[in-house]
Amino acid sequence: MERPSWAPADVDLDQPSVARVYDYYLGGSHNFAADRAFAEQILKVMPAVAPLTRSNRAFLRRAVTMLAGQGIQQFIDLGSGIPTVGNVHELVPGGKVVYVDHDPVAVAHSRAILADVPGTAVVAADLRAPADVLATPQVQGLLDFTQPIAFLLAAVLHFVPDEERPADIVAGYAAAGVPGSHIVLSHAGLDRPLTPAEEAAKEMYRKSPTPLILRSSQEVATLLGDLTILEPGVVATYDWRPDPGTETAPDGDAIGCAAVARKD
Amino acid sequence: MTALSPTPTSWDRPRDRAAERLARSWSLAIAGTSYVSMNGLEVQDFLTALSSRLIHALTAETFDPDDVREVGSTLVATHFTEPTTLERTVAVIAEQFAKAPTRRVAEIQGALAAGYAQALRDRVLDEQEEIRTAALWARARAEESRRVSEARFRAIFAGAAIGMSVSTVDGQVIEVNQALCDMLGYSSDELRLMTFEDFVHPQDPPVAAGMFEELLSGGRDQFRIEKPYLHKDGHQVWTDLVASIIRDEDGEPKWLVAMFEDITERYLLQLRLRHQALHDPLTQLPNRTMFFDRLAELLAGAEEEAGSRVGVCYLDVDGFKVINDTLGHDVGDQLLQTVARRLARSISGDGQLVARMGGDEFVVLIERSEGTDDVVAVAERALDTVRAPVHVGGHEISISASIGVVEQPLRGTSTGELMKAADTTLYWAKADGRNRLALFDAERHAREVTRYELSASMPAALERREFFVEYQPLVRLGDAVTIGVEALVRWRHPRFGVLGPDAFIGMAEETGLIVPLGRWVLHEACKQAARWQAEHGAKAPLMSVNLAVRQMRDRTIVRDVKAILEQTGLAPDRLQLELTESAVMGSGGEPTEALNALAALGPRIAIDDFGTGYSNFAYLRHLPVHSLKLAGSFVAGLRPPEGADPVDQKIIAAVIGLAHALNLSVTAEGVETAEQADRLLALGCDTAQGWYYASSGPASAIKL
Ligand SMILES: C[S@@+](CC[C@H](N)C(=O)[O-])C[C@H]1O[C@@H](n2cnc3c(N)ncnc32)[C@H](O)[C@@H]1O
Repeated sequence: MERPSWAPADVDLDQPSVARVYDYYLGGSHNFAADRAFAEQILKVMPAVAPLTRSNRAFLRRAVTMLAGQGIQQFIDLGSGIPTVGNVHELVPGGKVVYVDHDPVAVAHSRAILADVPGTAVVAADLRAPADVLATPQVQGLLDFTQPIAFLLAAVLHFVPDEERPADIVAGYAAAGVPGSHIVLSHAGLDRPLTPAEEAAKEMYRKSPTPLILRSSQEVATLLGDLTILEPGVVATYDWRPDPGTETAPDGDAIGCAAVARKD
Repeated sequence: MTALSPTPTSWDRPRDRAAERLARSWSLAIAGTSYVSMNGLEVQDFLTALSSRLIHALTAETFDPDDVREVGSTLVATHFTEPTTLERTVAVIAEQFAKAPTRRVAEIQGALAAGYAQALRDRVLDEQEEIRTAALWARARAEESRRVSEARFRAIFAGAAIGMSVSTVDGQVIEVNQALCDMLGYSSDELRLMTFEDFVHPQDPPVAAGMFEELLSGGRDQFRIEKPYLHKDGHQVWTDLVASIIRDEDGEPKWLVAMFEDITERYLLQLRLRHQALHDPLTQLPNRTMFFDRLAELLAGAEEEAGSRVGVCYLDVDGFKVINDTLGHDVGDQLLQTVARRLARSISGDGQLVARMGGDEFVVLIERSEGTDDVVAVAERALDTVRAPVHVGGHEISISASIGVVEQPLRGTSTGELMKAADTTLYWAKADGRNRLALFDAERHAREVTRYELSASMPAALERREFFVEYQPLVRLGDAVTIGVEALVRWRHPRFGVLGPDAFIGMAEETGLIVPLGRWVLHEACKQAARWQAEHGAKAPLMSVNLAVRQMRDRTIVRDVKAILEQTGLAPDRLQLELTESAVMGSGGEPTEALNALAALGPRIAIDDFGTGYSNFAYLRHLPVHSLKLAGSFVAGLRPPEGADPVDQKIIAAVIGLAHALNLSVTAEGVETAEQADRLLALGCDTAQGWYYASSGPASAIKL
């Protein structure tokens, strides 16, 4: 049964939240003891997570900058988390950006810092229901669906298990955009068996309220359905169009991949 | 220090180059240490600007710590916030400024670290502040929307016209609204002390308990039933109950929310309507619908209870129509009410249902009968109770009833069969003289059914020419010469084969079909006789044909015989009509009109089956009769080879003597043996017929 409408989601700060744990990985302080404890547990077995979140953000920056360079001015950041530096609207001056998250604290934070920023809107919604998200007044009010839109799904789909049909979610967003719209996707996962340390980390996530579904780059490619995947394809996050000569690959191999795809 | 205080312009170029150099090593050292939103080139530019300021600080005459501190805080502002970044920055400064005065270098490192630390501390505090505010805000919003929807819920809950309750899954009522209190007559405090058990009601639908269990165990989310509750003052409140489960975060049932709509009025109306639909308004007994419903239920369950039996008593008040017609409907109705009351009082056992079928007919259904005796006992009790005189409107009326009793296994029967049997049996009881019961007899019933079927199919059979005529010789006893034949009708029945007259003539008389059938037989026989007459002239046999009572009463008989004689051309004296005594005599004992008219046409008249009726010789002398046919039962007395029955022999001798005195010839029927023939001859009998001579057969078999 649905949660009765008079009982909205609790704000329980004793539970780690994906958004705040992620902020901690990025060196932020938008987090609480429970978040830090959880993050430290993960970092202890897999220190590579921290640099990888940084390369995920860097990928997002490169992808958004590239799309803005091609003239795309509208972005929906699905599962936007807690914006610190390098948020999408900062990368596309004059563009329009809707931030969507279902974490009430993340949403409240976004609202606080974006209150006076023109061209932005914040939506508290579950990204797994594209139609609902797209129908919200904020999205409808800010975006022009006759113009291309970039749908950002950075480091979120690995929280959506197969039963919830992540490919359909991607397709749901792509369907709403005119040709020339894009999907920006990054995803945790590996193309090889997990090491014991990685298994341990995965197990910790499994027991958390937000289990992690790791997918291979092959599987991630199928999430994009019949969209046209831009060069260089689905690749390790830091290998996606790196800035010439400046990006240094983190130690160890990628535990995530990324891609940008276009609706033709 | 003069060397170190140049005019800015002359220093520009080398200082820029130094800054670039420093920035390059610096950016290499700290690349990837912190999350910043800049690409490599941007980082390079950013660090070049900072490097200029550091070089300036190194070369300035007086050291300005504030400016260097700002370099540290700028790093933090761009989110170079990782300790590693600072660590490597300090190392790069030491390395790049290795040739500078140690003290100045240390001052620069110190100021940068201090600015960095200060900014980082501020940043951490700000971010903590931000996130805390966000959390508070989110919480407030959640609470607010909870409060709003809770208030909304409260308002609905309290003000709703339907009753509502919230309980724990252990069955403890924790909240109720006013409507529910009003509905059940308890205060909310009283209701809150109650548990589910207190609300169990004997009339709960049987599925209710199971549904509750499923709900509370999480197997279902909701159900809806009609359920009664006991009002505090004792009366029943019928509700349309919708019960829903509310689950906790883990999906476990946590609360049970119930909504009650008071449907008592509707329910009572339904009950009344149902009662009306199933009861007879005059006697208040169950009506035929209820009786048939119950019977159908029993029959439906017959397969499960293999050996179970059922009994039905079908009761009809004797002579009710007369009472009704003479004393009036009011009296009739009161009488029926009395009978109904008596029946209901005396037959009220478990599994016994007394119903009024309509009119003066009642029925008792006995479930789980143990055998015929059981049901007969009930029927006898019913007869007894009905027999007592009834006082109605100043009359004392003696009444009685007849009952048809059927008792049989449930399995293998049907409502239709059972009621047909009961009806038939009731008819038997009536026919046997009323004021009694009759017990169903399957064989008798089967016979009657066959009879009925035969009789019903006879008209069609006549049309389809299923009847045919056979002839049995009438033999002169003196010389054994065939002097006549008796025409006998047969029925070639498609299912039962060839049937003799005994099997159907009685029925044909009842239904009146005997008239057309008899006419047809007469016509066939006369045609055949005319044929013989043409072939054999004066030696042609006499054609003897039976006429039934019913035919004699039919006004067309004389015209028919006349017409047939004319049509066939048969000489009238070649025809003999066989009539029973009752066909000859009217009800007043005088000869029927038709008899004389028939005799006047010229055929001989024979009295058939003489000796079985009044056998009154007195009238014979006045009648146009030519012969007597002795009933086979007398003739049988002459049969035993060891010697004839002396009485029969004397009677026959006397009859023959008297007949001859009246100038009547005598024919003996049913002659089967030579002894019989000899004895009849000795007694002076004129003609005989029977197997001894020949049985009946087609005309071609008659030897002339
Ligand atoms: C790992 S962070 C990624 C943040 C950002 N997209 C990035 O890549 O830097 C995942 C964010 O997605 C949000 N999220 C996870 N599942 C979500 C869902 N079903 N609907 C909306 N937001 C979701 C979390 O609250 C969290 O803020």
